[in-house]
Amino acid sequence: MKKEIICIECPNGCVLALEIKDGKIVQVEGNKCDKGVVYAESEIENPLRVLTTSVMSEGLSVLMVPVKTREPIPKDLMLKAMENIKKIKVKKSVEVGDVIVKDLMGLGVDLVATRSVR
Amino acid sequence: MKERELVIVGGGPAAMAAAISAHESGVKDILVLERDQFLGGILNQCIHTGFGLNHFKELLSGPEYAQRFIEKITGIKDIEISLQSFVTNLNSDKELTYLRPGEMEEVRARAIIMATGCRERTREMIHVAGTRPAGIFSAGLAQKLINSEGLLLGQEIVVVGSGDIGLIMARRFTLEGAKVKAVVEIQKESKGLIRNVVQCLDDFNIPLYLSHKISKIYGKHRVEKVDVIAVDDNFNEVQNSRFEIECDTVLISAGLIPENELIEMAQVEMDKKTNTPVSDEINKTSVEGLFVCGNAFKIYDLVDSVTKDSIIAGEMAAEYLGYKK
Repeated sequence: MKKEIICIECPNGCVLALEIKDGKIVQVEGNKCDKGVVYAESEIENPLRVLTTSVMSEGLSVLMVPVKTREPIPKDLMLKAMENIKKIKVKKSVEVGDVIVKDLMGLGVDLVATRSVR
Repeated sequence: MKERELVIVGGGPAAMAAAISAHESGVKDILVLERDQFLGGILNQCIHTGFGLNHFKELLSGPEYAQRFIEKITGIKDIEISLQSFVTNLNSDKELTYLRPGEMEEVRARAIIMATGCRERTREMIHVAGTRPAGIFSAGLAQKLINSEGLLLGQEIVVVGSGDIGLIMARRFTLEGAKVKAVVEIQKESKGLIRNVVQCLDDFNIPLYLSHKISKIYGKHRVEKVDVIAVDDNFNEVQNSRFEIECDTVLISAGLIPENELIEMAQVEMDKKTNTPVSDEINKTSVEGLFVCGNAFKIYDLVDSVTKDSIIAGEMAAEYLGYKK
């Protein structure tokens, strides 16, 4: 089976022409770099996205602390993850990269702060 | 009047890159004037990833990208950073007036770099008919209110224009539990990066109407619905193509305009069409020693490119001040 997808790894947005057999990729064309191949494989087998949002703070210098999943998580779980993240309140100062939620929803991925807030 | 070697107006990515670069090129006395209470500029509200691939060879969020510059610039003692400092006047002798809490200051600079960024085009600029109810926001304003202030602005959203901020906000509203009913783009193609069409719209099955426009907004107190109509190649309305979308919120993502009111005060020669200084060389203006960089000089797609060209602005200012390369 042939399929075209657009790589989202960088602003180039390469159009990837895929040849798929039994749910596995056998050929990728159109990628300007190796990231395209990795992206295509993940996109066909288990699409992943980095989730970014912001969480409420209490008693800090800003109202909201921006956060992200340190690694990408399954695309289909983004909305579910948001429901969990909405309940969180950050009450202590944090540095960029500090863990806000360890092992988010048992996915093996931490939710981390993306801004230092004191 | 106090004298300073180099004054930089702004505290976002352009200003920080220019300040650090000017310092590295030898300038010893730098004053940075930022009107907000934090450095980082618009990056603070751009909580999505997509930044830094060129400059840092890493995928970063806006605040992370800003943080790297904030840490560097605050560690340089020759750079004075004055926050909550709003410049109200600038003249062609490079004299600035600015307000900071409790004080009005005047300073004469030997060189100035303006890194004042840009503002959003508004509903009024794209001529949408109808009423003026609550619920109409520019996309970047909505971004600030949601990401930095924690407000959800509506439940049923229509985005007008498919610039990157509009696409990013379509995803953001969806993640926050709102329903984005349509992104409406008058051109034949999206104005945003294709990756944003994929990861912000396609990922969430948000419809993108190309060659369509919003012809009317309805609602007395709050937005109630909009009229959408197809347009032909000359942007004329296609007969019998009108349909309605019920919504409570309209986001306008119709492009950015360089913010250059201050240099106009200094009689810098301006291109009225683009609102940028007339210049045959990057970062330069018609006033010697007055430089403009970042989105104030031209609208960039990527912050990495802003950084690259703002580093050049810092070097240009240093050279103008007599520091050899």
